[in-house]
Amino acid sequence: MQWRFPLCRRLAALLVVAASLLPGLALAQEAPDALVKRVSEEVLTLIKSDPQIQAGNQARIREVIETKLLPHFDFKRMTALAMGRNWRSATPEQQERLTDEFRTLLVRTYSGAMTQYRNETIDYKPLRMNPSDTEVVVRTAVNKQGGGAPIPIDYSMAKTPQGWKAYDVIVGGVSLVTNYRDEFNNTVQASGVDGLIKQIAEKNRGGK
Amino acid sequence: MSAAGPSQGTRPLAARACTWLMTGALLLAGCTSAPTRTASAVDPLEPMNRTLFQVHDTLDRVVLKPVVDVYTAVLPRPARTAVSNFFNNLDDLWSAANGMLQAKPQKAGDDLGRVLTNTMFGLGGLIDVASSAGIERGNEDFGQTLAVWGVGAGPYLFIPLLGPSTFRDATGTVARAYASPIGYAEDVPLRNSLYGLYAVDARYQAGDALSVVETAALDRYTFIRNAYLQRRRYLIYDGKVPADKEEQ
Repeated sequence: MQWRFPLCRRLAALLVVAASLLPGLALAQEAPDALVKRVSEEVLTLIKSDPQIQAGNQARIREVIETKLLPHFDFKRMTALAMGRNWRSATPEQQERLTDEFRTLLVRTYSGAMTQYRNETIDYKPLRMNPSDTEVVVRTAVNKQGGGAPIPIDYSMAKTPQGWKAYDVIVGGVSLVTNYRDEFNNTVQASGVDGLIKQIAEKNRGGK
Repeated sequence: MSAAGPSQGTRPLAARACTWLMTGALLLAGCTSAPTRTASAVDPLEPMNRTLFQVHDTLDRVVLKPVVDVYTAVLPRPARTAVSNFFNNLDDLWSAANGMLQAKPQKAGDDLGRVLTNTMFGLGGLIDVASSAGIERGNEDFGQTLAVWGVGAGPYLFIPLLGPSTFRDATGTVARAYASPIGYAEDVPLRNSLYGLYAVDARYQAGDALSVVETAALDRYTFIRNAYLQRRRYLIYDGKVPADKEEQ
């Protein structure tokens, strides 16, 4: 019976420590810049080590994006941002379908861009933020292999109950989300929200 | 012919082409009717621009893209990168001049440092040693200089073979064509070869971005216009666009 006591004590001590850490963990979410760095490096490592991705297997690339990247994006907010003032004129059901189609379009775009790059490295710029901030911009720069100017890629991020989530990606000063605003507006003006959903769905099903 | 510089007769071909295109665009602009419902404030010439975009698209599909495909197939990547570096080095010199015109001594100094480093230690600009050493490109041009001096962008303009622009940026393009060292090359076949290679390299360098546009855009004309205008704002403000200037 002698041996049980220290073990129990250690277990109890461990539980106490764990219990005291848990609320802290729940409150202190992973900082946005740390999140961007962790996820980016994970994806980069995957790209470099996966022979199927190296061979340009689109399905595999999309799988990586869906499992690794998508959980950290707020697609509803992205879609609302791209819709601008038209967002409120859409019914909740339309908003949901539109968000789904726009998500697919962005994933296709992203996976297409990913096949172009090999062995790039990412610089993460220091982020200055106050503990009370709920919106930040995390700045990075992608260095392409073989020299050339680095491409700045910034992530606009917002604090949510599920952790920090990106709602815009700005490549070399071009916001991917707001860039859609005129296109979305033109289609909504011409053929309504359903027309826009149909247009993006057709684009997604197209071969490209 | 004076030794001081090229006379009117030997003006760079690209410069003359630009001037003609500008004149043509202005004439066409005069012919277009009142703005349609789709034309936005930044693009009052949208009907004309869309036509020019179609012309460009056809030229690109039939001529430029096939040429670039052959170029990509024939030349190995390091050689293509060397060509890009060579022309980027000339652009950096122009960037240095514009950095000075905009009273940005830090940027101008960096650009000048880049040109000297790459020309002397990078085989005349074929290797971008300066980027490896961490000296960033200034990315300045005369369109931005005009913007900093207070000149408005003017209407958006799509110029076949040259791509998206504005009246202000097209003026900058004309200025650059006049100033380009290529135009001062005495040997005409060499000069024309350099112009040709310059065009091929420009299309080659834009290739990655254009294939993204292909997948991303619902309407390529609008997508390219908005991306171009966003990018120009970003460059004019050196990456720090004031919040009130974001929606223009």
